[in-house]
Amino acid sequence: MATDKPLTKNIEEGRAPFNFKKYTAAGGYESVHKVVKMEPTDAVELVKNAGLGGRGGAGFNTGLKWSFVPPPDGGPRYLVINADEMEPGTFKDRLLIENDPHLLIEGMITTCFALQSNCGYIFLRGEYTDCEERLLKAIKEAYDNGMLGKNVAGKKGFDLDIYLHTSAGRYICGEETALLNALEGKRANPRAKPPFPQVSGLWGRPTVVNNVETICNIPGIVTHGVEWYQALGKGDYVGTRISGVSGRVNKPGCWEVPVGITFRELLEDYAGGMQDGYELKAFLPGGGSTDFLIPEHLDLPMDPGLVQKAGSRLGTSLIMVLDDKTCPVGCIRNLIKFFAHESCGWCTPCRDGLPWVEHILNNMEEGKGSLKDIEILDEMTRYMGPGNTFCALAPGAVEPLQSGLKYFMGEFEAHINHGCSYN
Amino acid sequence: MVKITVDGKVLEVDENNNLLEEVLSQGEDLPYFCWHPSMGSVGSCRQCAVIEYANDEDERGRLNMACMTSPREGGRYSIEKAGQFRAQAIESIMINHPHDCPVCEEGGECHLQDMTVMSGHTYRRYEGKKKTHTNQYLGPFINHEMNRCITCYRCVRYYNDYAGGTDFGPQASHDNTYFGRWQEGPLESEFSGNLAEVCPTGVFTDKPFGKQYVRKWDLQTAPSICTGCSVGCNTNPGERYGTLRRVVNRFNDEVNGYFLCDRGRFGTGYVNSDERITVSMTRASSDADPHLASPDEAMSQLHVMAVDAIGIGSPRASMEANFALRDLVGKDNFYAGVSANDLAMGQQILDIYRNRPVNVASIKVIEGSDAVIVLGEDVTNTAARIALALRQSVKNLGKKMARDMKLPDWHDAAVRQLTMDRKSPLFILSPHATRLDDVAANVHISSAEESARIGFAIANAIDSSAPAVKGLSKEEKSLVDTMADALKNAQQPLVVCGTGSFSPALIDAAANIATALQDGDKKANLAMVVPEANSLGLALLMNGSDQSLDQAMSLVADGDAKSAVVLENDLYRRAPADAVDSFVNALDNLAVLDSTQTRTGEAANLVIAAGTFAESSGTFINYEARAQHFYSVFKPKDSIRASVKWLSDQKLSEITAACASSITDCGGMANLTPGEDFNVAGMKVPRQQHRYSGRTAMRADINVHEPKQEQDEDGILSYSMEGVPATRDATVFNTAWSGGWNSNQSVFKFQSHTGGALKQASHGQCLIENNSKTKTWNEIEKDNAPEGDFAVFPLYHLFGSEELTARTPAIQEKATSAYIALNGDDAQKLGLQASDGVALEHNGSVPFIIRSSIKPGTVGVPVGLEGVNFRNLPDGIALEKASSWTAPEKWHAANIIASDRASSEGEA
Ligand SMILES: Cc1cc2nc3c(=O)[nH]c(=O)nc-3n(C[C@H](O)[C@H](O)[C@H](O)COP(=O)(O)O)c2cc1C
Ligand code: SF4
Ligand code: SF4
Ligand code: SF4
Ligand code: FES
Repeated sequence: MATDKPLTKNIEEGRAPFNFKKYTAAGGYESVHKVVKMEPTDAVELVKNAGLGGRGGAGFNTGLKWSFVPPPDGGPRYLVINADEMEPGTFKDRLLIENDPHLLIEGMITTCFALQSNCGYIFLRGEYTDCEERLLKAIKEAYDNGMLGKNVAGKKGFDLDIYLHTSAGRYICGEETALLNALEGKRANPRAKPPFPQVSGLWGRPTVVNNVETICNIPGIVTHGVEWYQALGKGDYVGTRISGVSGRVNKPGCWEVPVGITFRELLEDYAGGMQDGYELKAFLPGGGSTDFLIPEHLDLPMDPGLVQKAGSRLGTSLIMVLDDKTCPVGCIRNLIKFFAHESCGWCTPCRDGLPWVEHILNNMEEGKGSLKDIEILDEMTRYMGPGNTFCALAPGAVEPLQSGLKYFMGEFEAHINHGCSYN
Repeated sequence: MVKITVDGKVLEVDENNNLLEEVLSQGEDLPYFCWHPSMGSVGSCRQCAVIEYANDEDERGRLNMACMTSPREGGRYSIEKAGQFRAQAIESIMINHPHDCPVCEEGGECHLQDMTVMSGHTYRRYEGKKKTHTNQYLGPFINHEMNRCITCYRCVRYYNDYAGGTDFGPQASHDNTYFGRWQEGPLESEFSGNLAEVCPTGVFTDKPFGKQYVRKWDLQTAPSICTGCSVGCNTNPGERYGTLRRVVNRFNDEVNGYFLCDRGRFGTGYVNSDERITVSMTRASSDADPHLASPDEAMSQLHVMAVDAIGIGSPRASMEANFALRDLVGKDNFYAGVSANDLAMGQQILDIYRNRPVNVASIKVIEGSDAVIVLGEDVTNTAARIALALRQSVKNLGKKMARDMKLPDWHDAAVRQLTMDRKSPLFILSPHATRLDDVAANVHISSAEESARIGFAIANAIDSSAPAVKGLSKEEKSLVDTMADALKNAQQPLVVCGTGSFSPALIDAAANIATALQDGDKKANLAMVVPEANSLGLALLMNGSDQSLDQAMSLVADGDAKSAVVLENDLYRRAPADAVDSFVNALDNLAVLDSTQTRTGEAANLVIAAGTFAESSGTFINYEARAQHFYSVFKPKDSIRASVKWLSDQKLSEITAACASSITDCGGMANLTPGEDFNVAGMKVPRQQHRYSGRTAMRADINVHEPKQEQDEDGILSYSMEGVPATRDATVFNTAWSGGWNSNQSVFKFQSHTGGALKQASHGQCLIENNSKTKTWNEIEKDNAPEGDFAVFPLYHLFGSEELTARTPAIQEKATSAYIALNGDDAQKLGLQASDGVALEHNGSVPFIIRSSIKPGTVGVPVGLEGVNFRNLPDGIALEKASSWTAPEKWHAANIIASDRASSEGEA
């Protein structure tokens, strides 16, 4: 019987990841053998029908994204894996790579066949040194066992090389076009879209950028088919995903969960609820660049559309819990400080706007704020809104602030008069 | 064209351009920073925001950057509704800006000041500290004040992406982004000065100007032409208190566009030099003591002497000055002032321009070419603006790729991304590596003779009726085929050559290639570089006569002439020194009109204080045979006069007209200005801006009575602030200024379309009209192999090779004294150590450098640098290690191209 945990079935706490042999024995690389017997365009269609949404944060249908790649013209085309994972509070890709590197490689091979690409890159967060070591080992094993290199899996004419690149370390390198620039050795500034990477990406060639987790879903889908995949979700939702919780809960961590469970299920059933003496005040549903939700949203299914209706984004679906003993203003200030520092410096609102916001929040923490500052903060969230900046970093960066102003105005005002009263 | 609505106004605009460009073209004001008409859009500054509505019902719209928007048919936009956002963008830019306008060189012509005012941001709300940065020393030309930076990325987009610089770039990130070199040191690009005009604030400013700074509005300015080389870039020099303060670009869509080279921008300091001849001097004989001659005395002596004198003209003097001298001494007694070979090459080029089925290429045409071959001309150093244009030409393949993908041309970063390093072909044949090698498809190191043979063979490969070449090696044959194919397949092929190699055969070869490429209506573009600002004009003026300096010399040697009048010419740069010595010694009378003292002047018994370009008006003819008028910028003191004024008492316009009517092909010279009677509202056009300050005070220490305004009888400009300024009428575009647009960005207000031709001003007049469709060929002439161990080829230096600019302090800081360049193996064979000198026939000893690109058995000798006279050398020479030798102080290894360096370091 096919597993109901396709992403984590090989993961066991405290055990080293499977090597090639064990991974294969556990059913690994099945999807490669299967896909090479298919027409590449059929494989794209299959993934499209599965309804898999990208796990990098935007949730765009993966197969659909692949279908925008123009037909082969004889030149190179690339698959690039986004393993930059620098979103605050997000640590799911690390789990997957550290504990089952072959799953990502299998996913990449299968995807490259579908995209008719002979070259894949993994862009890995620099601090993930264990991931690096394990990936390098797994890649070598894949070459040694005919899964990479010439005639992959014995399929004549299907040649594939995979390269690992470790990032020099900027949050913006996770933005797919900045990532491509960084990979080319250029400054990590984003590119304007259109043209989209599928058309003019790495070195000006058709390129698909996918998140680690997205691609880890591919082996299961290709091996076991659409119906199986869709049945994994709760109710009408399809598939599983890695969700997690950080903050003052009893069991912080991340788990493979059926898509469609509610925030409450995640928080209580998986993370064991709040620690004694702490109450849930609010939470960021999917990383540091999403809007706060509050306890009344706990029973929402973790669905991008519903979360958006509630005023936030599902993002990476790793939630950050804000408890009643932690200062929301300080929390927001901390996030803004990160984002201001990580602004790539390309466009004006983000580069010069975020440090201003940070300055105001610093003042507030010290009781040096004014009512005028709150007006400015409010204005800044709109100034850096979607479409106003060159990429999505700044609009994301101000999301906690804009929702913070909505939910915690009293706290902001208190800060103006007295500074921070938390410790 | 599509119809759009902007704030209710219906506009018809070109959908192939971006909305910002189109809106500006319609005369609307829309602030911007990062966009530049020559560099396209990247959307970083977010200043040009507009609201775009999805349809008629849409009330809210979406904020978009106009520079990143293609206007669409029926599109509805609002500039007004995005006003608040634009003000916010300025406000946040200004957070770290020092507001040091009062002491900032950009003040008063600052795009940031203008945009700040235009956006309506007036009140500072940010209360924190400002960021500060450390500045860098960037060489003699450019000052660096990083605190003023607003992070628009224009500098790097210009310096690196446009001009090909590699020693500069953005560093660090977020609000700490820094623009500079990787370490302190002179900027390497030959075009660094444009940073001062591209940067919208005072980060990069003109350093020599900073040392003698005045505000823009206090400058007296007039349209001028750069005299640095034969390209004839259009400039607006500015003067105050009798000193020339700076030169800025004057837009001409067909010539220099928005950019100058550093020789042109920074090379006019000689105008203010101590070496200037400020009074005329006379002496009875060449060993008597000179004494001062009043202007009247000088004038009468000159005219008495001229009665039986020969006249020697000059390629650096205007058409009118040369023509006036010709008139004064009589046409039969007028000699060209360049060697027989130089004159012949000039006339050879004219013949090609006149009779071959080719299209003479302007800079704009060069930029549009999609396959280029450069034969033996080191354009970076002899006609720098052409090199910058060639750098743009290689981008045409990328533009085509973009068009095929429906990606607009202006989408700069995306076009570059799509193109990566694919380039339209540029082929270079040269005896040494050049600064364009990095964008060349193929660099073939070969002597002028070898290059000529290859050139002839390319012509033959394109059109078999062109003469064939025998005895090519297999390697050469395949090279010939590659180049011939690429040129033949191009839509707009271009051939670049010139007199730089001193090789008539090479010029013939270039002409053959261009001729071969003609196919029905399709004509190849051809650019022939000549040495000086008016070299081609002088060749025209000779009107078929072959009276060169060589002939003048033999005439004098034969005793057939006893007096000579030399116009703005140092003959020691034209002929071997001993020949010039004999010439001047054989003369009874030598009059020299010049602005600075020269060796020729030292031998004269009448030296006449002539004005520089800045104190003269007239016409220069550039390498394309384009005639361009230049106006004097200011009136020098009475003892200094424009050469033409010493030589003739006619009005300038009369001389121009006489020249135009009596010299073949010069007719177009007559129409370059609106005529001296032209006026705007009954007045001349002022050289001084309406804000020019201190008119009544600037001479008050001398006399409280304001003197009568200086008159300029030669043209339509007055030395005054009265009248209708060029800001209303660009007929005489002496400064870029428009209400609310105080910086050079205001030029778009004078253009018929943003980036296009100026509405009223002339581009100059191309004199030679050529509708030829008949192919004629030159036969390859067999050159005799030069005698001597080493074949000599010339090396040029943008900084140092040109006579007048080399007298400018900032240029001297970049220049080197003479040296020779050798291949490493030859240096070893000669037993040379790094600190040794080399004895050069007829020239004393010089230091040497090793350039790995140079072929064994050849030696590069610089032209025009202090310490060696190229004209003294035969084609082949012997070299040996100099005994007892110390390196001169002013020598430093310059002009070593990266590729030369890499391999020579590899060897060490
Ligand atoms: C500022 C910024 C940072 C991002 N960081 C990441 C990241 O670390 N990992 C990631 O997979 N996607 C990240 N993204 C999203 C990517 O741009 C892109 O949407 C994603 O890699 C697409 O993959 P998917 O379709 O598989 O989700 C980031 C986006 C932005 C705007
Ligand atoms: S919003 Fe602008 S400055 Fe910020 S990261 Fe994106 S491109 Fe860079
Ligand atoms: S750059 Fe412009 S705005 Fe800034 S100090 Fe200078 S003049 Fe003022
Ligand atoms: S130095 Fe000037 S051109 Fe460069 S980014 Fe700063 S303001 Fe723009
Ligand atoms: S000019 Fe349009 S974004 Fe800078």
